[in-house]
Amino acid sequence: MSTGTETVLAAPDAEVPPTVAGRVRKKLTSRTASAISLVIALLWTVPTLGVLISSIRPENEIKSNGWWNFFSNPQFTLENYEQVLFGSRSASGGLAGYFVNSLVITIPSVLFPLAFCALAAYALAWTRFRGRDWIYIGIFALQIVPLQMALIPLLSFFNYGVSLGGFQLLPAWDLDGPAKFITVWFAHTCFALPLGIFLLHNFMAELPGDLVEAARVDGATHAKIFRSIILPLIVPALASFAIFQFLWVWNDLLVALIFAGGPKNAPLTVRLAELAGNRGNEWQRLTAAAFVSIIVPLTVFLSLQRYFVRGLLAGSVKG
Amino acid sequence: MASHRQRRLLAFSGAVVLALTVAACGGTSEPTAEGKLDTPECAAYKDYTGIAGETVTIYSPIRDAEAGLLEDAWKAFADCTGVKIEYEGSGEFEAQLKVRVEGGDAPDLAFIPQPGLLEFFAKGGKLKAAGEKTKAMATQNFSPDWLKYGTVNGTLYGAPLGANVKSFVWYSPSLFKEKGWTVPGTWDEMIALSEKMVTAGIKPWCAGIGSQDATGWPATDWIEDVLLREQGPDVYDQWVTHAIPFNDPRIVSATDRVGSILKNEKYVNGGIGGVKSIATTTFQDGGLPVVQKKCGMHRQASFYANQWPKGTKVAEDGDAFAFYLPAIDPAKGKPVLGGGEFVGAFTDSPATQAVQTYLASADFANSRAKLNNWISANKGLDVANVSNPIDKVAVGILQDSGAVFRFDGSDLMPAAVGANSFWKGMTNWINGTDTKATLDFIEGTWPK
Amino acid sequence: MNFDFTAEAPKLMMLLYGVIAFAAVVGLLLLVLDVLPARKDRWIALGLLAPAGLLLLVGLVVPAIRTMILAFMNADSTEFVGLENFLWIFTDKNSGMLPDFGATPVQYGVLLSTLLWVLLVPTVSTAVGLVYAVMVDRSRFESFAKSLVFMPMAISFVGAGIIWKFVYEYRQEGADQIGLLNQLVVAMGGTPQQWLLDGPWNTLFLIVVLVWIQAGFAMVVLSAAIKAIPADIVEAARIDGVTAGQMFWRVTIPSIRPALVVVLVTISIGTLKVFDIVRTMTGGQFGTSVVANEMYTYSFRADERGKGAALAVLLFLFVIPIVIYQVRLMRRRRLEGAR
Repeated sequence: MSTGTETVLAAPDAEVPPTVAGRVRKKLTSRTASAISLVIALLWTVPTLGVLISSIRPENEIKSNGWWNFFSNPQFTLENYEQVLFGSRSASGGLAGYFVNSLVITIPSVLFPLAFCALAAYALAWTRFRGRDWIYIGIFALQIVPLQMALIPLLSFFNYGVSLGGFQLLPAWDLDGPAKFITVWFAHTCFALPLGIFLLHNFMAELPGDLVEAARVDGATHAKIFRSIILPLIVPALASFAIFQFLWVWNDLLVALIFAGGPKNAPLTVRLAELAGNRGNEWQRLTAAAFVSIIVPLTVFLSLQRYFVRGLLAGSVKG
Repeated sequence: MASHRQRRLLAFSGAVVLALTVAACGGTSEPTAEGKLDTPECAAYKDYTGIAGETVTIYSPIRDAEAGLLEDAWKAFADCTGVKIEYEGSGEFEAQLKVRVEGGDAPDLAFIPQPGLLEFFAKGGKLKAAGEKTKAMATQNFSPDWLKYGTVNGTLYGAPLGANVKSFVWYSPSLFKEKGWTVPGTWDEMIALSEKMVTAGIKPWCAGIGSQDATGWPATDWIEDVLLREQGPDVYDQWVTHAIPFNDPRIVSATDRVGSILKNEKYVNGGIGGVKSIATTTFQDGGLPVVQKKCGMHRQASFYANQWPKGTKVAEDGDAFAFYLPAIDPAKGKPVLGGGEFVGAFTDSPATQAVQTYLASADFANSRAKLNNWISANKGLDVANVSNPIDKVAVGILQDSGAVFRFDGSDLMPAAVGANSFWKGMTNWINGTDTKATLDFIEGTWPK
Repeated sequence: MNFDFTAEAPKLMMLLYGVIAFAAVVGLLLLVLDVLPARKDRWIALGLLAPAGLLLLVGLVVPAIRTMILAFMNADSTEFVGLENFLWIFTDKNSGMLPDFGATPVQYGVLLSTLLWVLLVPTVSTAVGLVYAVMVDRSRFESFAKSLVFMPMAISFVGAGIIWKFVYEYRQEGADQIGLLNQLVVAMGGTPQQWLLDGPWNTLFLIVVLVWIQAGFAMVVLSAAIKAIPADIVEAARIDGVTAGQMFWRVTIPSIRPALVVVLVTISIGTLKVFDIVRTMTGGQFGTSVVANEMYTYSFRADERGKGAALAVLLFLFVIPIVIYQVRLMRRRRLEGAR
């Protein structure tokens, strides 16, 4: 493992080491490094490649022999994609409707946790009050609560409201149609908070305290410190959390099935799961479905990549 | 730079707002559905009055193409009466229905494939008893054998909907013809045929019990079918209701008889591997070697007709067909193992009851059967409307007054056994655990 | 694709409302903070924590308490049964939790396989993610190379199930293999194996799937951390003439230690909760089940809610060591801060 990790120096724009030996070693490590990363990339991609190739093979071929036979006996069809994209059921319309639902569900379900987590993490890292650490630990520990155990109580909360000893504290939400999306956002936001706060808190707590202290001495409010000092520095952390929250919501099936309220509001995942057929015998369609659904998360990943910027803290005093 | 980006964002969101507002104003709400019961083409539905404009939600495990066919089948009814049926199918039906019902988000109607689950909701006070009209319709169209499974403590909660027959053995008619084999009429003939196949170098049986989180169920069907044949329906009923223990000698005997086929390396697993390959092969793939002529016989329900590769001719003179799993002891009658769904209601509005009644009618059964790949135990189902040859045989068996019908036992048992330990136990049994240890384990998990 | 815009418009309106509500809430919070004087830390913290706190209360705290109560009740939650469900976990042979080496086939038990998952998945995924993140850093194809390892995360679970079917699928000797792994074995002259059947290896083959998915998570977070290492530190080390190995162990690792801890802890907790892989690939059969899968099975399928809840509480207990570690970490950070 240590041979592979020596690439910190071996990066292309690193300075050329002064000695001949150094130069030789640099070339070597650079080569092992490339080799190892290539192997990892291959191992991680080949299974997916197999499915990509399968997605353009005819059903009977997929089911009777391995995908690598495509190279010796290429049989090409777009039928799987046709079925995924255009095979619509009378009630629910085409794929486009599900696509819109996925977007409507995902965007707020990423934005709300992002903001709430950033604010809460800031409070836990940079304000001083008694019991702060215990609140943080408590929130951290909530990560372990399995989503499944929260479904029934949360659903009751929406449908029955909250009553204590016969007294109705909160009414039932009584939402209908597109308004049901609110419950999905609510559920996703709840479930995202512990991990999000944990991630962002860790990142924020590592920021040099002098920055914040100096600003406070100058009389800046917390709102100002948060906006102008902290926020720009945590952009990479926010970007990574946004990517993952996006993924989880986009690929979520369970929360959507319970809270979205029927096929009209169902996201893409519901449709994809359905594509396998009534008895799961049409699984060849899933090969194409997997690639149709991956496009959006991959785009999000690539577009958020540029927020992983180097050296935001350059020049600041560290710890 | 930052302010520039902000301005761009602002302009963009402004444009979106504008577009959406325009769209929202432009979209008129759809006209409220009005019934047209007085027109001649709606004469069949004239009794279903006063439900125009109402919405009935249905939750069901049936999805994809078959869900579309259901919707097509009741389209005429919905158009005539003006009722709006919102259908939702889910692969996670059983677990989701429990969550929804308890969370206060129950559908109006649910198609429940497990009488045990129906009982669970009925006893929990969640299900509404069938209305008078539904009850009358169900009693008219279904045999007491079937109605019993929709009844809890003497009250009818759900009328049966679709059905399937599990006592089928799939084979390849063309291979049988080629080799000069004939369809066995008794259990002993079937075993003799198996031996012949072994001599001919073809493994006689193939099976697959993989089914994701329900892995094991096809093996439970085997036990049920054989128990029904060895001991008859009365012992079967006692076993299902736990009047006799799960590890009773009679169950041991039935399990061992299944073992003489499924755990016999000489007999299985044609075209797939050895005995243990049964455990890792999905039930969808389990019978496919039959059409590849690498396996002689595959015991699976009528719905397996949909699993064959494209282009397979499913017919008595085709590539695949099925015969009735023969009786062991003719004195015990002609037992039939099967399954199906029951339409339970969580609300009792007139519209819900009307739809529930309609779904129990012969009219619906025929309307759905005409669209292919579906049968029902509905006595009003005209076999002429069933196109698929295996479905014709299945309807014949269901309507045969000499046959004794029993519902899939694992769907009747408490879920702790029927949807958990029975599956687990049978999977381990295939994988090497002996019969006694297996049945003792299942007995030990029966809820006290 | 037939796209009916009028049918979608109300949903898009809803999305707009959602975004507006988001902007309003965040704007309001920051406004209030601006007005409050900076010294009133307690009130400011309250304002900042309120939205998250309320949501957590409704969405997670109440369910957690409810689960703990259910764990002491019977199957349909009608009466209290004391510790019966916990006794069942640890003493009833039929629960399958403890190993039974006398059984055929040998049962390794749910607890042992869960332990294997929690030990292997975080360490291996983090190691792979770290190595990869370091190696592709600043390379010309960084973005592309990262998306390759990220892809498994982006693929829906439905897709992942199919992907691994094409790897582990078994066909008998002589038949055309569908699974890549068996094809390789056959190509090298071996006999095809049923990878998911025999313990304890089958658990390892399932673990590979989760590592495959989680390495992308580790890589993305660690890559962000590596990029956040102050350039002057790297520069200073370089001027001191450290070797690549020294740079890795003395500069990179210490600088990203907090991120490493985050990744390890997050994946550990995620692993404890994971069950979809087990459910879709083996259904928890052949001794591959884990606590989370049993929890789901007993709670939602077997109508044994007390047992299901008790298993959930067991998961809560498993996380206690990690919580204690966090507390100690925080104390240390506090001491360093005071210095």
